[in-house]
Amino acid sequence: MTTMAPASTPVALRRNVELTVDGEPVTVPEGSTILEACRAQGIEVPTLCYLETLAPVNVCRVCVVELEGSRALVPSCSRPVAAGMVVHTASERVRTSRRMVLELLASSVDLSTADGDVHRWIDEYGARPERHGPSAPPGDRDHAHAGHHEPPEVGLAATVAQVVKRDNDQYVRDYSKCILCYKCVEACGEEAQNTFAIAVAGRGFDARISTELDVALPDSACVYCGNCIAVCPTGALMFVSEHDLRAQGEWDEDRQEVTRTVCPYCGVGCNLELHVQDNRIVKVTSPLDHDVTSGNLCVKGRFGFEFAQGGG
Amino acid sequence: MDLRTPEAPPTAEERFAVDSVLGPPESGWFGGERTPLDGHVALGGLAKARSRRHLLLPALHAVQEQVGWISLAALGYLCERLDLAPAEAYGVASAYALFTFEPAPPVVVHVCDDVACRAACGGDPTEELAARHGPPGSGTTVTWRPSPCLGHCEHGSAALVQKAGAGGGRASLAPFTAGDMDRLVALGPQVELEDLPVPLALVPQAGAEGSQLRLLRRVGRLDPSSLDAYRAAGGYEGLRRALEMGPSGVIAELEEAKLLGRGGAAFPTGAKWAAVARNPVRPHYFVANADESEPGTFKDRVLLDHDPYALLEALTIAGVTTGAEKGFVYLRGEYPVAAARLEHAAAEARNRGLLGSDVMGSGLRFDLEVRRGAGAYIAGEETALFNSLEGRRPEPRNKPPFPVDRGLFEKPTGVNNVETLLSVLEVLAMGAAAYARQGTPDSTGTRLFCLSGCVARPGLYEVPMGTTLGSLLGLAGGVAEGRSLRAVLLGGAAGSFVGPEDMDLPLSFEGVRAAGTTLGSGVVVVLDDTVDMTAFVGRVARFFRDESCGQCVPCRVGTQRQEEVLGRLVAGRPLGSVGDELALLADLDQVLRDASICGLGQTASSVVTSALRRGLLGNGALSGNGRQP
Ligand SMILES: Cc1cc2nc3c(=O)[nH]c(=O)nc-3n(C[C@H](O)[C@H](O)[C@H](O)COP(=O)(O)O)c2cc1C
Ligand code: SF4
Ligand code: SF4
Ligand code: SF4
Ligand code: FES
Ligand code: FES
Repeated sequence: MTTMAPASTPVALRRNVELTVDGEPVTVPEGSTILEACRAQGIEVPTLCYLETLAPVNVCRVCVVELEGSRALVPSCSRPVAAGMVVHTASERVRTSRRMVLELLASSVDLSTADGDVHRWIDEYGARPERHGPSAPPGDRDHAHAGHHEPPEVGLAATVAQVVKRDNDQYVRDYSKCILCYKCVEACGEEAQNTFAIAVAGRGFDARISTELDVALPDSACVYCGNCIAVCPTGALMFVSEHDLRAQGEWDEDRQEVTRTVCPYCGVGCNLELHVQDNRIVKVTSPLDHDVTSGNLCVKGRFGFEFAQGGG
Repeated sequence: MDLRTPEAPPTAEERFAVDSVLGPPESGWFGGERTPLDGHVALGGLAKARSRRHLLLPALHAVQEQVGWISLAALGYLCERLDLAPAEAYGVASAYALFTFEPAPPVVVHVCDDVACRAACGGDPTEELAARHGPPGSGTTVTWRPSPCLGHCEHGSAALVQKAGAGGGRASLAPFTAGDMDRLVALGPQVELEDLPVPLALVPQAGAEGSQLRLLRRVGRLDPSSLDAYRAAGGYEGLRRALEMGPSGVIAELEEAKLLGRGGAAFPTGAKWAAVARNPVRPHYFVANADESEPGTFKDRVLLDHDPYALLEALTIAGVTTGAEKGFVYLRGEYPVAAARLEHAAAEARNRGLLGSDVMGSGLRFDLEVRRGAGAYIAGEETALFNSLEGRRPEPRNKPPFPVDRGLFEKPTGVNNVETLLSVLEVLAMGAAAYARQGTPDSTGTRLFCLSGCVARPGLYEVPMGTTLGSLLGLAGGVAEGRSLRAVLLGGAAGSFVGPEDMDLPLSFEGVRAAGTTLGSGVVVVLDDTVDMTAFVGRVARFFRDESCGQCVPCRVGTQRQEEVLGRLVAGRPLGSVGDELALLADLDQVLRDASICGLGQTASSVVTSALRRGLLGNGALSGNGRQP
């Protein structure tokens, strides 16, 4: 991805820009996105690939709005505001595209562990994934060759379903749940970790997150910082501990306590959130808004707890 | 960056291939033999290695051509040399159809089964191959695979032969028959690519009485390797004139000539050049878009195979006019003849001071490189093209920013189609006023049309803009005797159908716009009553499914779903009622057009919608009320 973040200017220098959203005048600082203008108005705009801490990749297209004078809809998460813009967020065109994006995803991806908002939006927009037909059996997506594919049996809907990748003790990659939002790639690469262990490979419906030639994670450049897990919105990337508890039907967020602490391993001062269920640490996160980490950690903070509780 | 590259060493062959592009490694840090010194000196080479990322595609080509496939070890070695993460390099390489990652037979024959060839031979040309030589991918020394349009549509059948190892490379075969495949299988790896006949260009108007060819006037009349022949025919006079006029003079001419881009979007060329020229950010780049992959299009191939100096001259004019000192020709990987002839022409031009640090004695600097694509229609979209040149995945970028502000390597960049650039030469040769008198007031000049399918004289035609569809088909002799015209596909896979009742349609930008269709890249596929329209439209749906870059949801999943719905309708097994399925297609059409990032997704439903509206599917039993595009 080479999309750039909208240039941000120091706050003091920012002028204000006035635009119209759903008939109401809105004033926001120059350099804001349409999404920010909508949020300032209290208008909910669904987003999937957008994350405050990453430069927008604008690929999911669920956040599209109608911008007068523009032939197609525009992604609100990345389009900077301009004075005099007239934006509609609830027109029939906008609703249809959002409904279809949600429907296309829900018909091809296992969203069972996705953020709750996604399910609410699917209902609110009236997406009907079932009208694409029953799911085709899982395929060998890692060996798809660009430019060639076998269409599924007539009447079945192709999905991204595939075997869960469990090749290390830290986390599980279940790409049947991947909506290809690029967040993990950004987090592993340019935006945070600078490791570039994973990338988008293949193209079209066969596009997928992959290491080089799909080698197992231990053979890749991965350093198990878990920053990809932290940004994944669907649970495709998951702590082994969480994955196993879910598999046993034992995962229960109501029984969990989240304790905030400072990582003991080095002097940087990363904040940790320890998710504890039945006296065991089952997952470690870091607050997105923490100014040291922006949600990112290293292997020690993220997975060091395994040593702390003598597991592994 | 924590770089970890695969441990397995590359074979000598793999190393040789990579080094042939990147040069021998300078030091152990970048894949050479480690010497004791390497651990003790800090090398400033990392930045240099990273800045060579743009060589990723050429290096991948070298390995693929030498070895026939790209192994983990080869990829690892390449990545060490470029200081690139292997996962990223794989992400790039796996987006192209011409690269493979598993051992493959040394000879691979890519056989076109796309729209024009399908129409010309009255069915799926690969069925016979499958019957005689087994399914795609079978065979130990020679195998075949179906391919999208190979840009030889006027011959009605085509193949690209890829051979690995010594004497390897690529060669086109058109026309291509099952008999040719038998011979290739018999020869096996012994086949000499040089022995294969070079496909001809079919330009039926050449030499015909009364035809006044401009863009095509040199095709077939000059030795394409000879710079002297090109100059004797008036070549490089345009550059001389451009240097005399200066940038503002050239831009004023283009604006007065009202030249519009021929690559699909009909953007005013003068305005584009002016925007690059006045951009204060440096350096500037200029790119000739020769990725021609729109099914049914072969015009750029004919021009590049037979008139390579003309493109180089035009690109040089673009460079000196817009202040770009470096140009690229991005050529589709399936055009081996054009690649060789352009490389040769560039070397000749450089020898004679027509490229380099002092272009034609003007004191201005301009040079260019020919870069090959690797089998990706999307790489023709201008911003995906920049990513491809930079060694990134060929994914379109979000616009704005536009290329004239932030294009190749994030710098101001001009990009034009080959035919547009050659039209610039005509503007300079004739003068803007005379140029603008051709065609219509809003669509000036002449235009190339690629006629293929069920037509008596297929080939490349040049006519003034605004010529009616009927007279163009007349030039080509109409459909074969005893058959009747069913439909014409205008604009290619991204275009739409018109019918026998549209013979008065003026082929100008405004004419087709008013009729709700497009000229696109000048594709005119003629379809008579023998063509299986359902299979034809199904092929288009498959094309988009295969060529989507996969970046955005509407196109990545929408093209898959569109192919599935079509499959159900064709099989007569709708989910729910036929009406439900048509409503689903209409919804897909809307999200594709409205919410896709780029033109690929935005046009991916155009042919399907158009076929439904015209009742061309299921013997007319299926007709949608899809909206006008
Ligand atoms: C999917 C897609 C493929 C394209 N392929 C080509 C191509 O092969 N050649 C080309 O000249 N333009 C192609 N274009 C158009 C380019 O983006 C760009 O508009 C064009 O090169 C500009 O040149 P022009 O102004 O001379 O028309 C493509 C566009 C899209 C959306
Ligand atoms: S754990 Fe860290 S290094 Fe490994 S893939 Fe995820 S982000 Fe990259
Ligand atoms: S694995 Fe998760 S973060 Fe990565 S692309 Fe898929 S959904 Fe997004
Ligand atoms: S519309 Fe298709 S080709 Fe274009 S960016 Fe989206 S997925 Fe890629
Ligand atoms: S949130 Fe804007 S495109 Fe995904
Ligand atoms: S070469 Fe077959 S359709 Fe173009």
